[in-house]
Amino acid sequence: MEELSCISAVFVSGGSLMEYFLQQLINGITLGSIYGLIAIGYTMVYGIIGMINFAHGDIFMVSSFIALIVITALGLTVSTGLGLTILALILVLVTSMVIASVFGWTTERLAYRPLRGSFRLAPLITAIGISIVLQNYIQITQGARVKPLQPLIENGYTLMTRADGFTVQLSNMQILIITVTIILMTIFSLIIAKTSLGRAQRACEQDRKMASLLGINVDRTISMTFVMGAALAAVAGLMFLLYYGVIDFFIGFVAGVKAFTAAVLGGIGSLPGAMLGGLVIGLIETFWSAYFSIEYKDVAAFSMLAIVLIFLPQGLLGKPEVEKV
Amino acid sequence: MTHHVDDPVLTVEHLNMRFGGLLAVDDLSFDVGRSDITALIGPNGAGKTTVFNCITGFYKPTEGRITALHEGGAKFLLERMDDFKIPKVAKVARTFQNIRLFGGMTVLENLMVGQHNPLMLASNYTFGGIFGLSGYKKAEKVAVELAKYWMEQTGLTARADDAAGDLPYGEQRKLEIARAMCTKPKLLCLDEPAAGLNPRESDELNKLLLFIRKERDTGVLLIEHDMNVVMGISDHIIVLDYGKKIADGTPEEIRNDASVIAAYLGVADDEVEEVEHEIEEGASS
Amino acid sequence: MTDTANSGPQPGRHLDIPKVTKDLIVTALIATAIFGSTIAFRTVSAAGGLRLEVRYDVAFYVIAAVVVGRLLLWLFFWSKPAGTSAVEMPTSIKSGVAKISAKVGKGFAPTMLIFALVFPFLPFTDRYLLDLSILILTYVMLGWGLNIVVGLAGLLDLGYVAFYAIGAYSYALLAQYFGFSFWMCLPLAGILAAFWGIILGFPVLRLRGDYLAIVTLAFGEIIRIVLLNWYQFTGGPDGLSGIPRPSFFGLEFTRREGGFADFFGLDYSSIHRIVFMYFLILALALLTNFVTNRLRRLPIGRAWEALREDEIACRSLGLNTTSVKLTAFAIGGMFAGFAGSFFATRQGFISPESFTFIESALILAIVVLGGMGSQVGVVIASIAMIGGFEIFREAEQFRMLIFGLAMVVIMIWRPRGLISTRIPSIFLKEKKAVSADMVAQGEGH
Repeated sequence: MEELSCISAVFVSGGSLMEYFLQQLINGITLGSIYGLIAIGYTMVYGIIGMINFAHGDIFMVSSFIALIVITALGLTVSTGLGLTILALILVLVTSMVIASVFGWTTERLAYRPLRGSFRLAPLITAIGISIVLQNYIQITQGARVKPLQPLIENGYTLMTRADGFTVQLSNMQILIITVTIILMTIFSLIIAKTSLGRAQRACEQDRKMASLLGINVDRTISMTFVMGAALAAVAGLMFLLYYGVIDFFIGFVAGVKAFTAAVLGGIGSLPGAMLGGLVIGLIETFWSAYFSIEYKDVAAFSMLAIVLIFLPQGLLGKPEVEKV
Repeated sequence: MTHHVDDPVLTVEHLNMRFGGLLAVDDLSFDVGRSDITALIGPNGAGKTTVFNCITGFYKPTEGRITALHEGGAKFLLERMDDFKIPKVAKVARTFQNIRLFGGMTVLENLMVGQHNPLMLASNYTFGGIFGLSGYKKAEKVAVELAKYWMEQTGLTARADDAAGDLPYGEQRKLEIARAMCTKPKLLCLDEPAAGLNPRESDELNKLLLFIRKERDTGVLLIEHDMNVVMGISDHIIVLDYGKKIADGTPEEIRNDASVIAAYLGVADDEVEEVEHEIEEGASS
Repeated sequence: MTDTANSGPQPGRHLDIPKVTKDLIVTALIATAIFGSTIAFRTVSAAGGLRLEVRYDVAFYVIAAVVVGRLLLWLFFWSKPAGTSAVEMPTSIKSGVAKISAKVGKGFAPTMLIFALVFPFLPFTDRYLLDLSILILTYVMLGWGLNIVVGLAGLLDLGYVAFYAIGAYSYALLAQYFGFSFWMCLPLAGILAAFWGIILGFPVLRLRGDYLAIVTLAFGEIIRIVLLNWYQFTGGPDGLSGIPRPSFFGLEFTRREGGFADFFGLDYSSIHRIVFMYFLILALALLTNFVTNRLRRLPIGRAWEALREDEIACRSLGLNTTSVKLTAFAIGGMFAGFAGSFFATRQGFISPESFTFIESALILAIVVLGGMGSQVGVVIASIAMIGGFEIFREAEQFRMLIFGLAMVVIMIWRPRGLISTRIPSIFLKEKKAVSADMVAQGEGH
């Protein structure tokens, strides 16, 4: 992923001072929100069918391309008024959520459902296949080069100014990302907690056979899980596009692995866990880039994954597993 | 009220096992005789399998001491050992309630895996074996002989080259016991070996266990619900309820123990007679 | 949502027109959402930002093709009564096919071996075919190596390419810094890769199947990123070049005096070295195969397979599952290390680009497609995959797309691979193949 330009700019003048730290904190939380949104898709699918949906990161990538297409079609630019921009962005969001959901639904239907009940690694391998297909499909149809998008939302608030002129910024974009994440998290938590769909999902997580005996349409519940995961990935896709302003067909792979790490870190199967995990990974990556080295920030994230799985396999908010003998 | 055992192969002292707030095993102590068949019985959920898992190292007990004693006086503190060392060094082997065979491997291969450790040594940890040194070939022959011996004892010789997963249920149970015996254990722990067996198979199992005790000089500890097996062959019975020991003694003593009957049936008096009848039937057959 | 679509093939001879119509409409809508969005519109850079390029016609053809394809499926496959469906073969035919393939299988391996030995001397063999065979053999070797980890021990390794990279860089760096020859570096590269297998394997091996898969993937990526960023040592993205070529017992493949051609009194030809490379990788691959077959009959090999079948039962029999897993990782890694140093010496140039996740996925696809644990299967799958890749060389950009699709289709068609029966490692009276339904695939615990 592209680093924030301000990180490298600040790095020169940087020190371990309070202001610098605060700025990284804000950046980290923003990045973490995006990871968290993707992580929810992993955690829900893993919770319900126990498989790593390897292609989920690529659904995120596809959705960011769809968002870009719609933005371009609408002709949004920075000169569009703020009110109109927000209205248009809602339209963009809904469109890309719907289309990403169709992508998610279709991959489940074509590549995973025929293998339900087959040996456990089979769907993981088809998922890798789907991931390759989506990446190359986008590369063919949208081109291999990175797509730049001019910033649509500018300005922000200066929270602090240091003596040497370094300012701590909270941009409108960051406010938007964090707010949208909080709102959607709440909505989805309510869906899981209150609706019959959520109940069906939790039932399927516990015991799929029993759930189907009780009249729950298991296939449909699983499909809906993929749809929800894809829709949230689409939110993340739009946020990523707006925040970084560049996307390419390969962003899904790395973001996917990091979001999966977030899901595991938070405790796989737990929605708040995924969000928390996303925040932690976002912060680690941002601070690592800011204080150590940008080249190795992915190494930091990947090492984190290994460390978490080894020492805390149940995650921060997950339940420890007792080995069944 | 611990039943006195002259020459124990296993002693369990003050065993406690806690899962979160649940005390699955509560201050349990008992001895298992070297040449006895000892049965661990109790209602469902009494904590029997948990005790097994503690003995065989799959769980680390919260408290307590589990000691395996060999004839020469060697002692092994099982609660401190890695799970794989318990069969390897302390010579305590086990089977599982839901049979765990290597389904895609043949009967003979299953029995060969049971002899992994001596064979590994004979192959000089693979380095000798890969160059075809004669020591390994000899050891392999010996291992095949032992496997053949146990296939004969369990009536599996004709199925030697069939996949374990292809065997009918009763034969899978026997194969699991045969495989455990291939580790040459001092103590064999069987988790519900008669579950799902028909009366004929269950009789064969009785004979096999008696044979193991007598001919192979191996102590047997078993969890069982089938009173036919328990009363028919056990020398010593321990009864668990809610993780606590409620009785410990010979089959005769257990049969007449009021608390056992109560634990098994709740307290409905009219049903007590029924269970007494059932237990007696089991003993007489 | 679309229950008709969900239920897929339905018994019954007659075509249920309303149902099919509804299904086709849903298909059209889905296809429109997927292709209408991403094919019909394409963002292209223009002055002052992006503009849209519109290709309604292409999108329309693709959508129409999907709908017509589905209609054809309804007409010719799903309308037939159950049992005669082309997708599900009756069991009698299935077992017949199995018997025939078993008979063919017996003669297949020796035939292939003889063919491989005489291949470079056949009249139609040219440089292009030789290069392609060297490539295929490299993947056969990698497939056989990964087969130890995935097929026998049942540990899903998505970062196998890391060991390949370690082998390649070991040779390149040892040659560059110490001037070691290929023959000295080959065992060293294998040992180093095995050593890394143990170092990386030690902490992660108690993880369950799919967690292990993701962590191995992460390790593969870490190694690649380090190779990419450690400019001073590895040359970073520029890679390492000028890697020395191997000699034939001290004879260089050069035009000069004292070279291979000169020594044997032959006219110098650049093809000599290619043929030599061919036999070198053939020998390395056969060594992998030989060692694996040998190990399968030793306690360590049986322990691997037992581990794949049931890890808890292994522990109850006194098997140290950690060391069983580590040996699988180390030996699998070692062969990848050998293959890596061969790769380096053949190419003469290596860079991190050759060791991406896609390589791991390709090797894994070969193992899975071949049938996990099957040696012959790996050969067939390598020929099909790498050969197939060559066929689509013209359609450069569609190659990976087709590869991904093939992975999905093959997995659904044969989740257990082409050759899924297992041959026992020891037998008393009769060697009977074990059917795939019995064999576990390393569910992981």
